Amino acid sequence: MLRLASKRLLGLTSREIPSRPVQILPRLYHENVIDHYNNPRNVGSFDKNDPSVGTGLVGAPACGDVMKLQIKIDEESGKIVDACFKTFGCGSAIASSSVATEWVKGKSMDEVLTIKNTEIAKHLSLPPVKLHCSMLAEDAIKAAVKDVELKRTKLKGNSSADAANAPIEKAADA
Amino acid sequence: EGFEVTYLPVGSDGLIDLDRLVKEIRPDTGLVSVMAVNNEIGVVQPVEEIGKICKEFNVPFHTDAAQALGKIKVDVEKWNVSLMSLSGHKIYGPKGVGALYLRRRPRIRVEPQMNGGGQERGIRSGTVPTPLVVGMGAACELAMKEMEYDENRIKGLQERLLNGIREKIDGVVVNGSMDRRYVGNLNLSFAYVEGESLLMGLKEVAVSSGSACTSASLEPSYVLRALGVDEDMAHTSIRFGIGRFTTEEEIDRAVELTVKQVEKLREMSPLYEMVKEGIDIKQIQWAQH
Repeated sequence: MLRLASKRLLGLTSREIPSRPVQILPRLYHENVIDHYNNPRNVGSFDKNDPSVGTGLVGAPACGDVMKLQIKIDEESGKIVDACFKTFGCGSAIASSSVATEWVKGKSMDEVLTIKNTEIAKHLSLPPVKLHCSMLAEDAIKAAVKDVELKRTKLKGNSSADAANAPIEKAADA
Repeated sequence: EGFEVTYLPVGSDGLIDLDRLVKEIRPDTGLVSVMAVNNEIGVVQPVEEIGKICKEFNVPFHTDAAQALGKIKVDVEKWNVSLMSLSGHKIYGPKGVGALYLRRRPRIRVEPQMNGGGQERGIRSGTVPTPLVVGMGAACELAMKEMEYDENRIKGLQERLLNGIREKIDGVVVNGSMDRRYVGNLNLSFAYVEGESLLMGLKEVAVSSGSACTSASLEPSYVLRALGVDEDMAHTSIRFGIGRFTTEEEIDRAVELTVKQVEKLREMSPLYEMVKEGIDIKQIQWAQH
């Protein structure tokens, strides 16, 4: 006891106060994610039978993640004028799909196909365990574009659209 | 080397099939271990009957009674337990202390996990933390006095919570048996709403979820899977815990927040939309990842 006291006096004991910044809560939500959750943008539905609407439905309830992303195309310019989404999934999934709808508006279909999941993940500071949410959002965009492209080729009477263009998954026919 | 473990399945109410237990006991069975009260769904196993079976076959019976102590009547003679695990902080005692009950007659022997000074008759070496132990003892004494009053009060609160939620929203499923359950635990599944997103909206309420998104391994809760809950419902579960210090106001607030968030998330849910349109979700071919 006396030894310890004397050591303290001489300043020889190490005071263990962590002074360096430590990332102790890697699972804390980034404020962007919370913002998208509390103030969701573009939640809603377009009529999926509308020829200018493309619907992308990806994910599976068994996995705990389902995203439906819809885009509305302007007939002449071929640009995306409006987008909306609905998501069954965690906060990161909701935020990823919400960001996706924001980013596709005003762009052409070719442009949105270049949106990468890594960009979405960076914008939301998604931790590694949540990266698949951003991947699903990227897939949703691609699926929506594919859907509306198929509709447009069908409309143009171009029935030589090859089988490879058929959508990967079929949402149940209403 | 090592041991062979036989895992007993449970029914959709979360209870063990006793006939199956009798079948699976072998001449070389060394131990039967059954949790008394499940921490996720609150189901109380038929420990008395299991104890009887173990006595018949002369097999030692261990139970994890951490969630049972101070909440339901624990009687080592009636239950015929040879070993019982107890936890201090689960009965409003200090954290960092627990206990293992070891039967004297017939004597059950265990091998110590730690060797050293020989405390606790050599079973657990290391200086006994007196303040923690006294705390646990005092907590047990209090729990004994308060148990009946607590149970009645909490039962009322549980009903208030469940009815309050059910009045306002449908598609609410209780996971686990409603009869054989500890009243302070309510595990609910809200159809078409994912668990973690609901947790985000219930920041004021201390609840947990069995959804995959809340686990580091991205696997949904194994407890719910064992109940045979549909995979899409496994991600929608939320566990509410009610205790000695929960007030009516807190319950009402929880009901209000839950209903609000569930409604909001259902509006955002493509599954809910499909169901409203009359589509059978189970028939859809999903693009899996």
